Amino acid sequence: MADVSSSGNTTPNTPVRPGRLKEFWRYFRENRGAVIGMYVFVFFLFVAIFAPLIAPFDPTAQNRGATLVPPFWQDGGSLSYILGTDPLGRDILSRLIHGARYSFFVGAMVVVIAASVGILLGLVAGFAPRWLDTIIMRVMDIILSIPSLLLALVLVAILGPSLINAMIAIAVVLQPHYVRLTRAAVMTELSKDYVVSARVAGAKLPRLMFVTVLPNCLAPIIVQAALSFSNAILDVAALGFLGMGAQPPTPEWGTMLAEAREFILRAWWVVTFPGLAILITVLSINLMGDGLRDALDPKLKRS
Amino acid sequence: MNTVVTASHLARHYEVGGGMFRKPGTVRALSEASFTIEAGKTLAVVGESGCGKSTLARLVTLIEEPTAGDLTIDGITATPDNWDKLRQSVQIVFQDPYGSLNLRHRVGAILEEPLKINRPKMSAKERQEKAREMMALVGLRPEHYDRFPHMFSGGQRQRIAVARALMLEPKLLVLDEPVSALDLSIQSQVLNLLLDLQERLDLAYLFISHDLSVVRHVADDVVVMYLGRPVEFGTKDSVFGHPRHPYTKALLSATPSTEPNPEKKRIKLEGELPSPLAIPEGCPFAPRCWKAQDKCRAERPELMGEPHPAACWFPE
Repeated sequence: MADVSSSGNTTPNTPVRPGRLKEFWRYFRENRGAVIGMYVFVFFLFVAIFAPLIAPFDPTAQNRGATLVPPFWQDGGSLSYILGTDPLGRDILSRLIHGARYSFFVGAMVVVIAASVGILLGLVAGFAPRWLDTIIMRVMDIILSIPSLLLALVLVAILGPSLINAMIAIAVVLQPHYVRLTRAAVMTELSKDYVVSARVAGAKLPRLMFVTVLPNCLAPIIVQAALSFSNAILDVAALGFLGMGAQPPTPEWGTMLAEAREFILRAWWVVTFPGLAILITVLSINLMGDGLRDALDPKLKRS
Repeated sequence: MNTVVTASHLARHYEVGGGMFRKPGTVRALSEASFTIEAGKTLAVVGESGCGKSTLARLVTLIEEPTAGDLTIDGITATPDNWDKLRQSVQIVFQDPYGSLNLRHRVGAILEEPLKINRPKMSAKERQEKAREMMALVGLRPEHYDRFPHMFSGGQRQRIAVARALMLEPKLLVLDEPVSALDLSIQSQVLNLLLDLQERLDLAYLFISHDLSVVRHVADDVVVMYLGRPVEFGTKDSVFGHPRHPYTKALLSATPSTEPNPEKKRIKLEGELPSPLAIPEGCPFAPRCWKAQDKCRAERPELMGEPHPAACWFPE
């Protein structure tokens, strides 16, 4: 018991709050993949933030004298274009570095939109009378029953192809997951005594929703947010590849892939590097998300 | 003596089932519950699982509306309109201290929440003072103020729960099996704390339990419930000393004794508790009773008789 252990200390002990962050880090650190993923993620974040300072060239500047220059270690490559150039003579490295900005912007915005709408709807569904709950959940089921990329394509086709519209479409596609997750968590929490106790204390519905119940549902939602961050990046790249996302000459990774498609056989570097960038980013975020789940899920906690 | 709570003929029925092709059934979770509790006194409600104890607690704490009957708290008849006001006079302590505290809030926030909701004019400093005062009263140390519930043992958590329930200075505390989730040694600590608080603050307790030895320790009056109905009601001494209803006798005989050779023989009840969906006609206890006669199966006995009322045609 805490009683015994701390009353033994007669020294004036300032009560140290065992920080939740510290505890979180202790569990997170155990998963090595998650830590590596986090470092890669932080690296990409750094690159995205300081892109104009790091990138050697303007990502849209075309150099007619140096089209399809291979990476520096191949014959004909030069150190000024480390990863080579594309058919228009633009530096691939610079474009990748700037592309990181779009990917992170998209990921963050999509997660914010999808999570805030999804959590709100999920909370309402969890607290609502059965008929409203049914309506919300059936609508979500309908959204989930359509292949997500197809739905996103349709939405973009309606809204018009642009990066912003692609983000909105992807947010709409991802948000049912949040609704389901939140609703399920809310329903388990609602049956617990502390909610009844808040009711007996006179708490009204908004307070019950946001102060009493929501903080207890956050762990799975945070994990879902991390994982859908990578989903958003993938989907935007896919939409870009299909010509429905960011429009050229935006140095978005998916758009870069689409532009380079016809050169796959002649110049492998034009497709490989954007693809690798997407792969590594998504992988690192997924690894990190797994670690988050391990660290935040109370069922996996040993204390 | 001033009466804090008067319940007369409280009932709570639930509609269950009832799909598209089925008729909904009615669960009579509680019927005909009548009692009064005075300030500084404890009314214990005993009975086996599913007898309506917790439903009674939910009615008295104004979580649910009774289907029938009246509930008067502190002289005011409770209707959903004045629940908000009356809530401050009735608070509850739950059985499981691991589920009844919000794990995301610090102890300070847990204790201050009732004040925050019901006394919006109170300043943050006053609230904190009040919370710290209450913590001292229930035997928590000041440095516990900043901790989270998961850092406490079961007994300490139950102290926190009691402290929270007392923050609004209620007149009645509903204790829904407050010690049955705790270790024996901690049980007595918490019980003594509750008795101590009752004396100091002149609280009325509605003490719900299935543990008769605990009831013997704390109760002034006892209600024995069976299938949603009170079957015997009286002072502790009279119910424990001279049980009149056969069900009470059976319950008492099931209490473990410390004597090596108890003279009394254990009464074993036959059969199962009938489903509350289909309560038998006549005396609900008749199918399991060893004294049952035709009259028992045909007519339901009301609470009646001396020295204390029991719902039995052939009381002892």
